[in-house]
Amino acid sequence: MKRIGVFVCHCGINIANTVDVDRVVEELRKDPRITHAQSYIYMCSDPGQELVRDTIKNEKLDAVVVAACSPSLHELTFRQASAEAGLNPYQCEIANIREQCSWVHEDRERATAKAVKIIKSIVAKTYLNESLEPIRVPINRRAMVIGGGIAGIQASLDIANSGYEVVLVEREPSIGGHMAQLSETFPTLDCSQCILTPKMVEVGKHPRIKLMTYSEVEEVSGYVGNFTVKIRRKAPSVDWATCTGCGECMEKCPVKVPSEFNRGLDDRGAIYVPFPQAVPNKPVIDRDNCVYYRTGKCKLCESTCEVGSIRFDQEDEIVEEEVGAIVVATGYETLPLQRIAEYGGGEVPDVIDGLAFERLLSASGPTVGEVRRPSDGKVPKEVVFVQCAGSRDPERYQPYCSRICCMYTTKHAMLYKHRVHDGQPYIFYIDVRTGGKGYEEFYHRAEEEEGVVYLKGKVASIFRDGDQTVVWGTDSLAGRNVEIRADLVVLATAVVPGTGVQDLAKKLKIQTGENGFLNEAHPKLRPVESITAGFYLAGCGQSPRDIPDTVAQASGAASKVTALFSKDEMEQDPMIAAVDEDVCGGCRVCISVCPYDAREYDEEEEIAVVNEALCEGCGACVAACPCGATQQSNLTDRQILEMITASLGEE
Amino acid sequence: MFEPKIVCFVCKWCTSAGADLAGTSRLKYSPNGINLRFMCSSRVDPEHIMWAFRQGADGVLVGGCHPGDCHYQDGNYRTQTRMALLRRVLDQLGIESSRLRLEWISAAEGKKFAEVMDNFSEELRKKGPLSLASKEMTV
Repeated sequence: MKRIGVFVCHCGINIANTVDVDRVVEELRKDPRITHAQSYIYMCSDPGQELVRDTIKNEKLDAVVVAACSPSLHELTFRQASAEAGLNPYQCEIANIREQCSWVHEDRERATAKAVKIIKSIVAKTYLNESLEPIRVPINRRAMVIGGGIAGIQASLDIANSGYEVVLVEREPSIGGHMAQLSETFPTLDCSQCILTPKMVEVGKHPRIKLMTYSEVEEVSGYVGNFTVKIRRKAPSVDWATCTGCGECMEKCPVKVPSEFNRGLDDRGAIYVPFPQAVPNKPVIDRDNCVYYRTGKCKLCESTCEVGSIRFDQEDEIVEEEVGAIVVATGYETLPLQRIAEYGGGEVPDVIDGLAFERLLSASGPTVGEVRRPSDGKVPKEVVFVQCAGSRDPERYQPYCSRICCMYTTKHAMLYKHRVHDGQPYIFYIDVRTGGKGYEEFYHRAEEEEGVVYLKGKVASIFRDGDQTVVWGTDSLAGRNVEIRADLVVLATAVVPGTGVQDLAKKLKIQTGENGFLNEAHPKLRPVESITAGFYLAGCGQSPRDIPDTVAQASGAASKVTALFSKDEMEQDPMIAAVDEDVCGGCRVCISVCPYDAREYDEEEEIAVVNEALCEGCGACVAACPCGATQQSNLTDRQILEMITASLGEE
Repeated sequence: MFEPKIVCFVCKWCTSAGADLAGTSRLKYSPNGINLRFMCSSRVDPEHIMWAFRQGADGVLVGGCHPGDCHYQDGNYRTQTRMALLRRVLDQLGIESSRLRLEWISAAEGKKFAEVMDNFSEELRKKGPLSLASKEMTV
């Protein structure tokens, strides 16, 4: 008879407050299938693990059930502890009596009874567990980074500089992301381009980084250590191999469309490079706006190009890359101005967003760094900055704090004062949040030394009157309504996940949260990993964050990747499908339901078999098997039926 | 008062993670269900559900990822098909098919998990215990 030990954790008061742990142990001791039952205040602590190890040896246990928190937290901890005591790690199971019991119930009586049932259902499963060996698979030590903003750039460089190859995939024609648009960065006011462009160049020239811009991930298959990624390389309509990047074609292009990079404050041609420091510095043709693609005539760029690089007939290319790990650094967008109608977004010409103001401040921007308003090019003398435009507004917009706006608005107001000495900046705010190194000091400098006027209150409405933009708001500290006749209004629009992130997350099989940001495996302890093995997160795709945090997280993700690559092979859980050859009738239903092509038909034996390297252990084929020939290791039908019976308790 | 027994088959990636989130958020709900955690809802065999009813469950919840979000690509679609078929069988056997619930609950939907548990428990309280004509029914 199998000797099972059950260890019930108090988790301080987290479990013990709602679940009567002593009574649970008492109940378990009555169960003839349980050899040993005891509780401890913190099972995951060193002495707690020691207790498990010692008891395994002293009581000669064959299997262990730890009743504690979610298996996503400490399954690995206790499987390792069990292995140290000589037990097969797959003879250790976790019963979740915290997240799914003590934390969600109030009735002590019923919570205690439920905890007993949860534990007994896991005991029933464990009783029939077999000792398994992990499946070892080789690791392809090559990484992919999706997104070429500062997060993706940093992660790529860190991985490449550790000696591994990196494929960097960026949707836009150039890497750089939003950081390339910024004028100066808070709180040090160093020039964004000056610190970013050297890194962009390093990526472009790095012998171990394969840069794929103007490219998007189409499909991902495989598993940690062995992914195959299909990438669509959009046709730039220019042969980048021969193009010298001279820019003559862009001069000649007759088309004018609003420049995305300059937030519509000036125009670009249909053939364009997003910005002068782009990496790679090669143009693409925007086919939606190109005269040739629309009318069949023009080709001015082609006749201008001295090296003959224009390729109107170029087609998208699908390429495949094999990698072992993927860093997802998809970044952010800001809430479109048009969404905020009460602030005149998209209607009033002198209402712009923060990124547009960055372009006005930038020496490489459309006004060469002079602050001039869009409507008539005048230098604005009164500028109103509105924070939380779309953030912290669960009724109508985003419920969360966008985190970077307090600081960048402070920076905007300060830089505006540096450019327009007799100008007056006002900032409407709900709270000023300055959690960062040197941030509070920066805010005080703006308020006390630079003459920025802070008004605590929400803005109700913004509208046009003559050539002025009128802001109606409240100053809640003075207890009065405020009307400011401004020359320019800058909205700190909410940070939202990049467009297409949801689609990408589905392709990658990684999770997103309710606001559409990518979910980490654990909010505190595994902040740079996705719950799906082999995917790592960096930057604003996960949640709004500033540049220092983004860079730190990107380096964190990169070091997780290099840690994975430090091994030759990795171990995978062996809870996969297995076939009883004597029972299988060869009906092949399993082959039709397998999402991974892991089920194959053996013509000679006339049975269905399992390709262990491909099986992910979902169990779909087990449920589909009409004769019970296919079973899932350590989750057989018999185990499940026993679990059900145990979970229902005694009549 | 009658308290129904509910067996919940939950997938590891979405619904169980959602139930964990309900816990970390300290949401409170009715303690009538016991979660049995599978890798995917497509592991649930109709036989498991029949067994649960046979063993005294008043209700069965199957929880998976939202359509399109299945960790295993299309497992939840298979689950959906199987449950639809099983419902017809349940009705024929005299077990109200509403005692079997299929819910898509994502890892971000702790609140939804709590609401589903409360709502299903209440619905079953009103229905009363499941009485099978013959406990000797074989499955």
